[in-house]
This record gives sequence, structure tokens and C-alpha cells, in this order.
Amino acid sequence: MKYIDEFQDPGLARRLLDEIHATVTRPWALMEVCGGQTHSIIRHGIDQLLPKQVELIHGPGCPVCVTPLEVIDKALEIASRPGVIFCSFGDMLRVPGTGRDLFQVRGQGGDVRVVYSPLDALRIAEQNPEREVVFFGIGFETTAPPNAMTVHQARKRGIRNFSLLVSHVRVPPAIEAIMRSPECRVQGFLAAGHVCSVMGTAEYPELAARYRVPIVVTGFEPLDILEGVRRTVLQLERGEHAVDNAYPRAVRAEGNPAAKAMLDEVFEVTDRAWRGIGVIPDSGWRLSERYRDHDAEIRFSVEGIDTREPAACRSGEVLQGLLKPHECEAFGTLCTPRSPLGATMVSSEGACAAYYLYRRLDLGSARRQGQASSAPGAPSAPFPADASANVPPLEGSSVV
Amino acid sequence: MSDTTTTAGVAAGTVTATTGRAMSDQAAGPAPDMLAWTCPAPLRDQSRVVMGHGGGGALSAELVEQVFAPAFGGPELSSTTDAAALELGGARLAFSTDSFVVRPLFFPGGSIGDLAVNGTVNDLAMSGAQAVYLSCGFILEEGVPIDVVTRVADTLGAAARTAGVHVVTGDTKVVEAGHGDGVYVNTSGIGLIPDGVDLRPQRVVPGDVVIVSGPIGVHGVAIMSVREGLEFGVEIESDCAALNGLVEAMLAVTTDLHVLRDPTRGGLAASLNEIATASGTGVVLQERAVPVPDAVANACAILGLDPMYVANEGKLVAFVPRERAEEVLAAMRAHPLGAGAAVIGETVAEHPGMVVARTGLGGTRVVDMPLGEQLPRIC
Repeated sequence: MKYIDEFQDPGLARRLLDEIHATVTRPWALMEVCGGQTHSIIRHGIDQLLPKQVELIHGPGCPVCVTPLEVIDKALEIASRPGVIFCSFGDMLRVPGTGRDLFQVRGQGGDVRVVYSPLDALRIAEQNPEREVVFFGIGFETTAPPNAMTVHQARKRGIRNFSLLVSHVRVPPAIEAIMRSPECRVQGFLAAGHVCSVMGTAEYPELAARYRVPIVVTGFEPLDILEGVRRTVLQLERGEHAVDNAYPRAVRAEGNPAAKAMLDEVFEVTDRAWRGIGVIPDSGWRLSERYRDHDAEIRFSVEGIDTREPAACRSGEVLQGLLKPHECEAFGTLCTPRSPLGATMVSSEGACAAYYLYRRLDLGSARRQGQASSAPGAPSAPFPADASANVPPLEGSSVV
Repeated sequence: MSDTTTTAGVAAGTVTATTGRAMSDQAAGPAPDMLAWTCPAPLRDQSRVVMGHGGGGALSAELVEQVFAPAFGGPELSSTTDAAALELGGARLAFSTDSFVVRPLFFPGGSIGDLAVNGTVNDLAMSGAQAVYLSCGFILEEGVPIDVVTRVADTLGAAARTAGVHVVTGDTKVVEAGHGDGVYVNTSGIGLIPDGVDLRPQRVVPGDVVIVSGPIGVHGVAIMSVREGLEFGVEIESDCAALNGLVEAMLAVTTDLHVLRDPTRGGLAASLNEIATASGTGVVLQERAVPVPDAVANACAILGLDPMYVANEGKLVAFVPRERAEEVLAAMRAHPLGAGAAVIGETVAEHPGMVVARTGLGGTRVVDMPLGEQLPRIC
């Protein structure tokens, strides 16, 4: 398939892996910021194929994972109100608030709908003028522009029964917060390609210079990730710390000016709480004064909900790269996707869920050994022998 | 991470001064008492039915194991096969039932009428039986146009004729407007299991070859494209089909097939996990050998779904003794509904109950049982 197959080519992957193996002379800790990259890394087994010296630390870039408990509780409260149609992207429905999730609100009669675009929610608002329609606007710089545009459209078309429950977050302040942490082990970043396709790369040189870390804009397919790792490791080995774009087919230095203009028009920068991490200054957006009448928090008077999360789950350490999922005592025993202790086990992009779903074979019910670990189950050979040798011939089957 | 355990996490909600120090320091302390922790996400016990209970994954299985099986009991009740194999008057019967609640009623490549016939015919076929007789129960919603009911009945009748089965008994109920979704259909079916055929997951042994009869994920994506109004650039038609002819062709080669399954809800991943668990073997897949049509791969890439979990309605997965695999594969490919058949993996003694995929790059990952519904990802 165009633009997918080419970036999953085993032969090209092998060459990139060989180059990485040939480049590395000592241990390096890289953080992939985005949950989509984490998912791809674990799903394709990329971490198992990298040299032992290259450790991937999974960052806080899963929008579902970092949405604070109190925002989920506000969503549950609004979705439970009679007359409300609460629209959300699918994977927020399973994220637990205090004692329940949006699926259960739906099971109890709430009108909760999965949509694929905020514009779908706006259409529902238009079709149901007697109902209040709320869209759950969460996520990073990737989902913020369409949400901004939807509110802008609602205002322009006079659709008053539409509002947005906003909990948008921004990547650069999170990178800064991670680098400021005294326990930070990150030596280089794979920046989230899709975030940069919107925002461009202008925010990163200052971070790279101040914290002396290479920041390589990276895509999501296996070859994209390997190329991002290769370029980051190359910089580290040379003692460099520049911003590099390894995803030029999607990212321009200036980003997407129209999307940025829409963000400036509709949102304003604010402090945001990140689940498991705490408040990071200037790390999010809220609706600006002009659009405040489309703010669901104000419309439904839920600003007062202030949930304090019990310090039960160590996902904060996972989100900051201080702890590998399987190093948590609860991993796979007390905490599974079925009964998650925290959001990193709920979302398919959460590091804990990715480890649980794809890595149980290597991990068993791993316990913390109290030592920095490399990726679990990583074979030292760049590539295992042809895996299809022990299976009857596959000729004639269509291969993806 | 140093080897001193830290206090559990950085408490979320810690409000920090905006001086830029955004993280609170972590004090070293004694290891937390895990069992004393309160879980902020107590979703262990669902007190009400959620959609995931009908998703064909772990939640569905738990409902059967914890609610239905204890209540019904009985040695013939099988929760590991889609049809019961019964001895009656000297004959070996397969008996199965299935309900259909699909929306929309008519979709590219089929309708609820096609599903109602083929679903039950296929459940019987997976035990090696040729379906002979079907019952058909309609639950209609007040206000549904009669011509819609007529179209459903017509497609159902046509599908029965194509599959060579007879609808011999039926029932109709009507619920008040707003209490149904237009038309629900239940079908039950019986058929005879030929002598020498014994298809059960318990017969699977390490070394078996796993074959899928064609490209996966087609039905689920076809339904999604019309239900959610998603345009994938090409029209994707459901693969809805009756598999009794294909199974007959396979059994003509050898009756020594170990198990067959039609991977409907929960997709290929659910079927493979069920068989791995029930047989106590591990399954190893070659990810690149699993046939996924471009349209399905595209749709799944856009939505953040995995084709392995997407429903099929005209595919089967077979666990076959290694020495018979080539003949069975050839017989499948000679049949129109098996033209795209492919060997996708094998069973092993290692990791019993677990399905593991060798990725295209040479890594490995676990292919888990789906929990409930697959959810489209945010980004």
C-alpha cells in the first residue's frame, strides 16, 4: 500500500539497523515523545532489534493517558446530564474517571457517541437544535486545530448548542519539564512528527541548545522510527545536539500556517495539569475569551470539580520515563487493561498497555529488579534467521 | 531509575508553583504496600451490560462463563465451539443459534438476511456439519416499513437457497417504536456431522499448520464505511458468504482436520486466542503472511485499528495436521471462497494459550484476546 508498505520494508529496515549497530559505541537513552510512536515501536518489535546500548524511554505523548482525572470526571458529569449528547473519539470512552467511564455512563442511559471528527459533533448539534452537544476536545497540537476550527465554525454559523470540553496540551513544555527533572535520563528526543506537521520545528532549537539534547523529528512507520533513532544516535556519538527533520515528507520547518492561525484565533495558552505528572506551566490551551461561550466547563458549571487522584498508580513515573512499565510491581497482576490502575494501561497508546498487549511473552510477570533495564527480550543479533523457515511455503498468498 | 523504591508516583494534581520547577521531588521511602492501594479505576466488576459484552472478546467470554454456563449447566453445553455436537437417535447432530442486530440492515455486499443464514450455516460448518434446516425468528420494531421487512425476508430466502438449507419454522414479535433497531433476526440451525469428523480445539497439537481461507477484515470495514459514513476511496463489499461448500471441499481431502473457526466478532485474533487457550498450545503467526486487502489496511491505518481484530463473515481459519496442510491448502484454493487461502502460522508447545506474531521486521509481539469493542484512536 502506497506510503505504508515502503516504510515497513524489511530489507531497508535491516540496512538501517545495521547502520545503527555500527554507529553505537556506548549506551544512550532516547525518548520517543509520542504514544503513536510507542505503539509502533512495541507492535513491530523495533525495541527488540536495536542494539542493547540504545534504550527507548516512552514519553508522555499519549493524549488519553495524560488527560487528568478531573477532566474525565467533568466529562462523566456532563455526559450524565439529561438532554446532552456527548461526543468523543473512541478511545476516551474506556478511560476511568472516579469509579466509572463513559461506556458506563452510556450503559446507564447517557447519550454518548463515538465520532471520527469534531465536525461530526457539530453536524449532530445542527441536527438536534433542542439538545446540548458537547465534544471532548483532548489531545496535542495534532487534534487541537480541527477542534479550534469546529468552534470557529459553530460561532460563524450560529450553532449555539455546541460546546467543547477542552483539555489540550502542548509538547515543548512537556519536553522542558522532563529535562528539568533531576532524575531525567533522557539524552535525545524523537519529536512527534504529526505535532511538527502542524507546529513546525521553531519551538525546538532553543530546547536542544539549552539542554544539549539532539531533537529529531520522527514519523511513525517502522522505517521512520529507525531513521529517527539512527540520526539521534549519530548526533549523540558525535557530541552534537541539533534539531533535525527526519520526516520531511510530512513536516515543513514552518509547519501548517493555516492551522497555527486557527489555534491563535480560538485558543490561548494556559497552565495544564497532566495526569501522573502534575501542572506544567504554559503546557496547554483553553478557549480564548472570544469563544468562552462555547466552553463546556463554564456552560455546565463543572469548573469546581477538583478530583485528587490517589497516589496509587506509578504511571506518572512511566510518563516521565523514570520507570519502564514492567518495572512496576502492579504490572500485569494488579494492573491490566481490564482493570487498569492508571491511564497508561487504558489507552492502546499507553506504554503500559503496549507492553502488556505485545510484550507479555518476554516479560512474564516481570518484577522490578531495581536496576536500569534495557528493552526486554532484545535479541543481540540485528536480525534473527528467516522466521518463515519452519512454516510451509507461502507463495501465492497475498502478503501485506 | 535508582534501586531505591520511591513513593508511588508523583501525585497527580500536585499543583506546582509556576517557577518552572514542574516536577515535585520524589522522596525515597519504604516500598509501597501494593495491597493497601486504592485503585482509581475500579472497573473490575461491571454491574451493567456494556457494548463490549457483545464484542466477542474477553468480556463476552466472561458473561458466558460467569452468568450463562453456571445457570444452564449440562454436559452438552460447550462454550469453546460455536455449535453443539449432539448424539440423537443414532445420528450426530450439530446445533447452533445466532442473533443478528446489524446496523444498517443493508450494506455493500450483503444484508442482515444474508448474515442470518450464513452466520448459522457457518457455525454449523465449523463443526464439520452440513446445515440442513434453519429456524428464523424476527423481532420487528413498530413503524418499520413492510417493504423493508420484505427485502430482508427476500435476501434471507435467497441466501438460504444459495447455501442449500431450508427455513422450516419461524416466529415474529413486534416491540414498541423506540425499543428496537428496526429488524432483529435470530436463526438456529441443525445439520449432520459426517462420520469420522471430529473438529474440536482440544484436538490441536503442536506442529499443526494454521491456514486462513482469504483476506481478513473485509466485513468489519464494509460495515464501518457505511455505518460511520467513512469514505475510504473505494467501496468495500462485505465478504459475507456461506462456507459449507468450502468445508465440504476440505473434508473431501481429509476428515482429519483438527479445528475450524469462522472469525466473526473479535476477528482473527479472537478465534486464534480461543483455540490457543482451549487447546493448550501456543500459536505463532507470520504477520506478513496474513492476507490483508489494501482497502482494509488503509481503513485500519486511518482509524488506528488492527485488521486482526476486525470482523469477517465469509472466512474460516483451519488448524490442520502438518502432513495434510499442503493438500488442504490446495483444495481450499481450488474453491471460489478459498482462492486467497494462505498459511499464516503454526502451533507450538511453547507459550500455551498465547498467540504470538513474528513481525515483518523480525521482532515478536503478543496478539491478545480483544477486551471488548475496538476503539478508534485519537491520533
